[in-house]
Amino acid sequence: MSVIYLSTILILAIFLGFELIRKVPATLHTPLMSGANAISGITLVGALVYAGGEFTVVTKVFACISVMLATINVVGGYLVTDRMLAMFKGK
Amino acid sequence: MENMEFTINAIYIACVVLFILGLKLLSHPSTARKGNTLSALGMLIAIVATLLDQNIISYQWIIVSIFLGSVIGAAMAKYVEMTKMPEMVSLLNGVGGLASLLVAFAVVISGEEIDTYILVIVLFAIAIGSITFTGSIIAWAKLSGEIPKLVSSAATVFKGQAIINFLIVVSIGLLGTLFVLSPENIDFIIYFSLLCLVLGVMLVLPIGGADMPVVISLLNSYSGLAACAAGFAINNNLLIVAGALVGASGIILTSVMCKAMNRSLSNVLFSGFKAATSSTIEIEGEMTPMVAEDAFFVLEAAQSVLVIPGYGMAVAQAQHAMKELQVLLEENDAEVVYGIHPVAGRMPGHMNVLLAEADVPYELLLEMDEVNARMEGFDIAIVIGANDVVNPAARDMQGSPIYGMPVINADLAKNVFILKRGMSSGFAGVDNPLFFKSNARMIFGDAKDTINTIIRQFSD
Repeated sequence: MSVIYLSTILILAIFLGFELIRKVPATLHTPLMSGANAISGITLVGALVYAGGEFTVVTKVFACISVMLATINVVGGYLVTDRMLAMFKGK
Repeated sequence: MENMEFTINAIYIACVVLFILGLKLLSHPSTARKGNTLSALGMLIAIVATLLDQNIISYQWIIVSIFLGSVIGAAMAKYVEMTKMPEMVSLLNGVGGLASLLVAFAVVISGEEIDTYILVIVLFAIAIGSITFTGSIIAWAKLSGEIPKLVSSAATVFKGQAIINFLIVVSIGLLGTLFVLSPENIDFIIYFSLLCLVLGVMLVLPIGGADMPVVISLLNSYSGLAACAAGFAINNNLLIVAGALVGASGIILTSVMCKAMNRSLSNVLFSGFKAATSSTIEIEGEMTPMVAEDAFFVLEAAQSVLVIPGYGMAVAQAQHAMKELQVLLEENDAEVVYGIHPVAGRMPGHMNVLLAEADVPYELLLEMDEVNARMEGFDIAIVIGANDVVNPAARDMQGSPIYGMPVINADLAKNVFILKRGMSSGFAGVDNPLFFKSNARMIFGDAKDTINTIIRQFSD
């Protein structure tokens, strides 16, 4: 059942994603991509459970590296997107 | 315990709403920054909520990892030059892929009881994560040209490449099947991952530098899909939704880029431009060079000027000089707008960011269709470091390798100035009949120097 439930969420999210992204103007496509980089850092949330839980040392090492990498994405992605968007000014 | 899980999942819903609102506000430059902040807030809440999970018992290594990641990420974001954004996004794609790969790997070796269907999804996460990781590293190397001895920016093709790729894919399938049948054997999954890493390299190597906008967009999408697959593996809604949003974004950008080059995705991925076909076309007329000083007199009399930037503008760092010239022209009562082709530069929207950095208001950055509709009305079109995106052969020379690609019709403006370093053809290696038209003038030299020369004459 859980697969069906998760797949439903996936399908809905994909359609929602298409509708949202379609409305992003071409002029903002670079910030869109770096912002997407930041959101894909959501892997962090998954990695945390394995990094701090009761697992073998190897598992925790892998998970900790993953936490670090995902944090690079989150922090780097959002900050550079903000830096770019701050430069877009109207007349 | 169950209450806590309920609370965390409830908080995740709020995070999803913030991500969605963030993307929605990205629909206009005036609200985009606020949207990004909302999205970042959603991420922060998600991370804090996850840390409340009672399965997490030790925090010291988490704190160290997050601290290290934050420092590296913040430093990258602060110091990257805007011309290097394609490289940065490429690296972040790769880092995201590797993060998902490692989470999936952690799941496999955690020793937890895993259902067969989850094993399949874990394999999927590892495969996408690996391909995204090494593919992005190769894309980065091609874009930056940092290691030209190992990775050339042109397409790298060697004999038997297709056969080798085929064998790799078959082996990956075989190892994956073996692993699902006997999950206790870790060797299978290790070789599976290694081969996927090799496949990522093999897939991006044969793609030329001019096609990088497509590749970066596609890898951007993969990095989301990898997060999505990891979400299935660990039964986490938030990863699935966020990953799907990123995946959708990358796919839309990929299709925008492909359309703008009039090519299918498989054509971009599996074959390069065939240089041989371009030699069959005879171009009539002569190139007319002009010096920057003469360009000034024409510009001084112009009422409306269209600027068409390309990657050459980024290379010459000419965007700030161009903005200065724009102000002078506007003071001279001329209208100045910028016409931006979707694949100008090395990633979607690259030119817009560079011009925004030079303080050009976003209202002046027009899309291809908008400027084409009023092309005959422009007194002068200035082409800065762009070539293929203004090539009229795409419109009227059947048999040209870029025939059918939508281009900015710069040749239909009253006068065309082409600021160009030398006589060479564009990145795609296709001759450009625009340079031989009677209304076109070539201004050879460094674009920044040329524009500065014109600026000096305005102030004299």
